[in-house]
Formats: sequence, C-alpha cells, structure tokens
Amino acid sequence: MKRARGDRVFWLLAFFSSLSVIVMFTLLFYELLSNSVPIWKDGMSFITGMVWDPLKGLFGAFPFIYGTLLTATFAILLSTFLGVGIAIFLSEIAPSSLRVIISSIIELIAAIPSVIIGLWGIFVLAPFVRDNLQPLLQHLSFIPLFSGKTLSGLSMLTAILVLTFMVTPIVAAIAREALLMVPEDLKEALYSLGATRYEVVRHVCIPYARQGIFGGVILGYGRALGETMAVTMVIGNTPSISASILNPGYTMAAVIANEFTEATGDVYLSALIGIALLLLLISLAVNLVGRMIVWKWQQEG
Amino acid sequence: MAARRLKDNALTIYSILSLVVIAIPLLHIIATTLINGAQSLTPEFFTSLPKPPGEEGGGVANAIQGTAILVALTMLISVPAALLTAIYLSEFPESRLRDLIRLLNDTFMGTPSIVAGVFAYTLLVTKFGFSALAGAFALSVLAVPMMVKTMEEALKLVPTDIREAGLSLGIRHWRVVTSIVLRTAMPAIASGVLLTVARISGETAPLLFTAFGNPNFATGILEPVSALPLMIYVYAISPYPDWHRKAWGASLVLMIAVLTINLITKYKLRRR
Amino acid sequence: MAGHATDKIVVRNLNAWYGDFQALKNINLSIKKNTITAILGPSGCGKSTFIRCLNRLHELRSDAKIEGEILLDGKSVFNMDPVEVRRKIGMVFQRPNPFPTMSIYDNVAIGLKLNGVRDKKALDRVVEDSLKKAALWDEVKDKLNMPGTSLSGGQQQRLCIARAIATNPEVILFDEPTSALDPISAVKIEDLLVDLKGNYTVVIVTHNIQQAGRVSDYVAFFWMGELVEFGKTAEVFENPKEELTEAYLTGRIG
Repeated sequence: MKRARGDRVFWLLAFFSSLSVIVMFTLLFYELLSNSVPIWKDGMSFITGMVWDPLKGLFGAFPFIYGTLLTATFAILLSTFLGVGIAIFLSEIAPSSLRVIISSIIELIAAIPSVIIGLWGIFVLAPFVRDNLQPLLQHLSFIPLFSGKTLSGLSMLTAILVLTFMVTPIVAAIAREALLMVPEDLKEALYSLGATRYEVVRHVCIPYARQGIFGGVILGYGRALGETMAVTMVIGNTPSISASILNPGYTMAAVIANEFTEATGDVYLSALIGIALLLLLISLAVNLVGRMIVWKWQQEG
Repeated sequence: MAARRLKDNALTIYSILSLVVIAIPLLHIIATTLINGAQSLTPEFFTSLPKPPGEEGGGVANAIQGTAILVALTMLISVPAALLTAIYLSEFPESRLRDLIRLLNDTFMGTPSIVAGVFAYTLLVTKFGFSALAGAFALSVLAVPMMVKTMEEALKLVPTDIREAGLSLGIRHWRVVTSIVLRTAMPAIASGVLLTVARISGETAPLLFTAFGNPNFATGILEPVSALPLMIYVYAISPYPDWHRKAWGASLVLMIAVLTINLITKYKLRRR
Repeated sequence: MAGHATDKIVVRNLNAWYGDFQALKNINLSIKKNTITAILGPSGCGKSTFIRCLNRLHELRSDAKIEGEILLDGKSVFNMDPVEVRRKIGMVFQRPNPFPTMSIYDNVAIGLKLNGVRDKKALDRVVEDSLKKAALWDEVKDKLNMPGTSLSGGQQQRLCIARAIATNPEVILFDEPTSALDPISAVKIEDLLVDLKGNYTVVIVTHNIQQAGRVSDYVAFFWMGELVEFGKTAEVFENPKEELTEAYLTGRIG
C-alpha cells in the first residue's frame, strides 16, 4: 500500500514501539537466564534442594517454592469462597442502591498499595494472630497444619490472611461482572417456575458464569503468587518447610526482596535471579491460563 | 418447603458474611492509617529530610520528591511507548504482528513486580549503579502493559465510522488518528494513565534494588532516590518507634494520593 | 469502450471480497456528472460495498480484496493517492456521526484545518457557506461553539453533509443517509440531495424504493452482489427489463 511521508513516519513509530514489546520480552528472559547460569549447572537440584544456607554455599530453592505455593493456594481458596459470596451479594441480593456504592468501595480498596497492607500486617494483624487466632487454632494442634506457633505472630497464616484481603476484591470484581452477564430472562424463567433465589443462583447464575469466575480466580492466583511486599513483611522469612501454617515461612518474592542487595558472590546472586526466573515462569503461566479463560468467556458472551 | 427456605436464607447469610469478613479488615486498614498517620502530619513532615535513627523529628521530603521524580520519569518513558503500541494494535488492522504483540503484552501483565526489579538490576544497575532511571525503568516494565491494554480498549471504543468519516474528508491517516480518534478517546486514555500513576506510585518491590533509597534530596536522575513506599517499608521493619510513626504518616500521604486519583478517574473521566 | 464525456465515474469489471465472501461480482456502470444515481437493493446485496470501493474505504478492512477498474474523470483511482481520491469523493454515513469532541464549527472546518488551511476568515466563510448549502445555517448560526452531538439526529446528519461539502469534493456518496432518521428529517435530507446535484455528482445507497424514485435520475439495482439493471430511473421504474427488478419494485422479493 502506498503511503505519504507523514503516514509512513507515523506507521514506523507505531511499529517500532510495538516491536519494543517483543524486544523487552526477549530481553527479560535473556537477562534472567544468562545471569542465573551458575545455579542451573546442577540442573534440577536447585529446584528440589531443601536447604538454603548461603553461608555454607547451599542454595536449594524448594523452601521458597513451597512457601509461595502454600500461601497463595490457601489464600486463593479463601478468596474464592469469600469473593463469590460478595459477588452474589452484589449481583443478586443487595438492594440496587447499595450495589454501586459497595462495589466502588471494594474497587477503591483494591487500589491500596501493598506496602501499606504490610505495615498494617506487622502492627495490627500479626499481634491479632498471635493473641487470638493462634491460641484458638492450637486446640486443633493434633492436625499438622495447626501444630506450630510463633512469638511474634509473623507466620504463614498471617501471610495467607493478608493475601486473602488483597486478592478477594479482585476475585469479587470479576465474579460480579460474570454474574451480571447472566441473561435476565434465564433467571426469570426459573423464578416463574416458583424457584427460590438460592435455586436460581445455584442452577442458573453459577453454571452460566462459572467460566468467568474461574478466570478471575486464576488471575487472583497469579497476583497472590507474585505479591511481594505485604507477604515479606508478615511471613517471618524463615526458609524452612513446615506443615503448619502457624510457623513462619518464606516465599520466592520475599527472599529476593530481602537478600538481593546483600547477596555476596556470583552463585548467591545467580541463585536469587534463578528464583526470579522460576517465579516469572510460574506467574506468567498462571496468568496466561487465566486470561485465556476470561478471553474465551468474553468471546462467547 | 422449609428446607428450601433454609437454603435460601443460608445463601443470603453466606453472601453478607463474605462481605463483612472482607470489609472489616480493609476498612480497619484505612482507619488505622488515618488515625496513626494523622499524628505525624506536621508541616515539618512534608518539608524536612529524615533525621538519623533514634533522633526525633525530621520528615519525608526526600521520599515525596523521589516518588514525584520516579512517577514522572516512568510516565515519560511509558506513555509514549504504550500509546504508540496501542495505536499500532488498534489503528493498523493490516499488520501481521498484532496477535503476537497483544499476546506478549497480556502475558507481560502477569510479571511479578519484584521480577521487574531484578530485570532492571541486571540490565541497568550492574552497569550504571543504583539510580532513579533504573527505578523508572523497572516501573515502566509494569506500567507499559497495563497502559497498552487500557489505551487499546479506549481506542477500540471509538466507532469505526468516525475514522471513516475522517478519511472520507481526505484527511491523512496519521492526522485522522492524532486529531480525531485520539481526541475522541482522550477521557478513557487519561483515566488509564491516571490509574497507572496510582498503581505505580505505590509500588515498592521494583525499587528495592534499583532506586535503592537516598536519605537526601536527589539532584539528578542517575542518582539513587528515595520513594514513599520504599521509606514505608524500611521504616516499618526498623526497630525505632519514631520511624514506625513516620511509616504511618507516609502511608497516609500515599493512601490519600492513590485513593484521590482513583476517585477522580472514577467520577470525572470514566464514561460508561 | 471509452467513458462518455459527461461520465464522472466509470466502473469496469469490479469485484470485491471480504475474506472468502465475494461481495461484488463483475460490476460495470457509469455515473454521469451532476446527476443523482441511486444504488438500490435489499440489505446485504453489496450496495454499500460498492460505494465504499469508489472512495477506497473498502480496502481498509484487513480481509478486503478488490479487482477491476474505477475511473474518476478518466483516471484510475487505484493509481491515485487514496487521500486525494477521498478529497474528491466525499461521503455521508448511515448513522449521523459528527466528531463527538468537536463543536459544530470545528466539525465543518476540521477537513480544511487538517489539510493546512489556517486563515480564520477563509474558514469562517467556508463554514457558513457549507452550513447554508446543507440547509442548517439558520438553525445553528447562533451556537456554532456547541458540540456537534448536541443537535437532533436530522440536524446532525445535515451537519455531516456540511462537513463533507466543506472540503469541496466533486462527488458525494450517501450511504443510506435517512435510514436512521425520522420521516420529517428524512424529507429535508431528500430535498437537500436534489439541491446538491447542481454542484456535485451524487451517489446514494438506499433500500427504499420510493426514495430512489423521488430523488434519483439514474438507478442501479443490485442483487446478491450483482448489478441486475441500470438505467434512467423513470425508465427502470416504469418498464423494468429484468424480472428480478420488477419483482423487487413490486415488493414480491426483498
């Protein structure tokens, strides 16, 4: 296609800006990979290694992978339960005058920077966990999940709660959108058969919106996996693999945040960059799946 | 019938309880920040540099300056890049790379913020040292994909026949896009930019080993700078009660800024 | 066959596709200068595609393909800069689409402004002149700075006509210009079309048989991407040569 000069320049500018997306993407992987080469020498043993002791030159990433997956998974389970509940409230139950206000407030709250939530976590939530939740859960200490304790309240449980508070608004917002897309006449059809609200939600709304809700959950999971500050501030930062969420733990993002500037020696630094690469791969995969689900659902809707 | 009504009531209770369980801690965060932060907000807090640990007084002027520098630099880098990319995606339908770029951009949106910091470190800090520029680069890695997405959506909302009307007047394509399409999409684009500013100004993780922090005012973009979220983090994990108070004060300033920007975009700019 | 001296546009063997779908099949037709030619047919028959080929809007779609020849004053439009073609061939769309962020004045002036006209007096003159030709001046002369979208639907469509006139085209294409309007506004637009043909060559797409009968000098009847019949409106309407045309005009198909 023939173009005049102004149009050519314009196209070139836009084209090269877009190319920069591809360049940056390639560069990101190249940088993380090339700077973590030393740690991949032993291959999978970096990922499966149980011990992280930089002083002894031991770099096993598994405690962080474990802590990341454990906290994010518990948090997303709680967030799904609560987020879907909120979405049902906002789309089906609340009087319409309240719906807009409450969903705006929830959207607004989702914008609070995570470092502020971390600050609150240290000074409000951790003491609350130590003084109230921990004694309560210790009655269940015969279950390994609740068998430990901390003096500070900085534990995986605290991290899970903080993540839940951060991710639930996201899940709730997407689930609400999904529920709002349920055609009104489908609901009315079931109501006109004498169904209760529970039955309409259970048999029409949830099945119809299931894919959208699931996409939102996956996106929330991606967010929980990569969340750094709030978790770093409350998880206790201990690279152990404990079955109990009442014990402190560590996540991939947190160990990078804490140790990166003081990492001495190439292997130490490359181990942290290797963890960054792993974290990136996990989050991107999760995020991609979530986006594809949401996207597919929007195409159908 | 009783069982059905029971289930119906259970649904109502479940949904209301979900809201309450999440609303209480979140409102508590806001209230605590307001109460604890308000005590620190003196004129000195905004205008002075921090005092050494243990000494009372001082402020967070350096962090406010740093956040301003970082946000401005980030926007300087990422607004043009994102806008041109969004234009490429929405205004050049014949382009072949569109799907690939859109996919990569969407994927990029899942980059954990700490990883953006590591990226900027290996790419820039290892060569030029800690600097505001490296911090802004890390923030741009997060900002560009978000803005490409919102800007492309904003441009897509402009009806096709507005473009065709422009073209059928014999106006050149680049002028149709810059003078007619962009102008029509401007409110939505501006709200996307502002929301990104709000998001970026609260980011901490990408700055830890790029902007790094600076107890004084920065005098150039190639120097380390402080930032409000960075300062909140450092002060929060410090052992000094005075620093804890300052952390709450800085949190209040940051929270008000972020929430104000969100409110403005929501009520002034968003047309739905 | 060379185009007749009064032929403004000559179309030869025109084929157009959207992806695999062929929207136009081997169209041959000439449009005479200073006349109104109506492109008539049911929706989906290719009539909009046809006029979008004339000002080269069709090819903007990524899956579009076009073959054949279109001559404007004897010169192939495909050898011209598309921007040049569109400056000579203006267009008014189905739904009134004034630029939403611009005032009434700017909507009319924008074509000239973006083509480099800076002289305020010249712009004022063209805006007034175009609005008068579009029979809108008296209604808007006191509120030229109001947004174009503040007008009623019929007024907006006349504003779009003024916008098209302002760049001084030779041909104006109308893509079902009244289908989104109320009957009274539609009559005003129709009257305007007849006034315009003194200065411009007009092509109007319509599925409204009565409208084609009222305003056009020539009529082309399209069916499933093919040109079924073309001729003087009076002749075609009174004495259609093709059975399909007759069936459409009498309402048996459509």
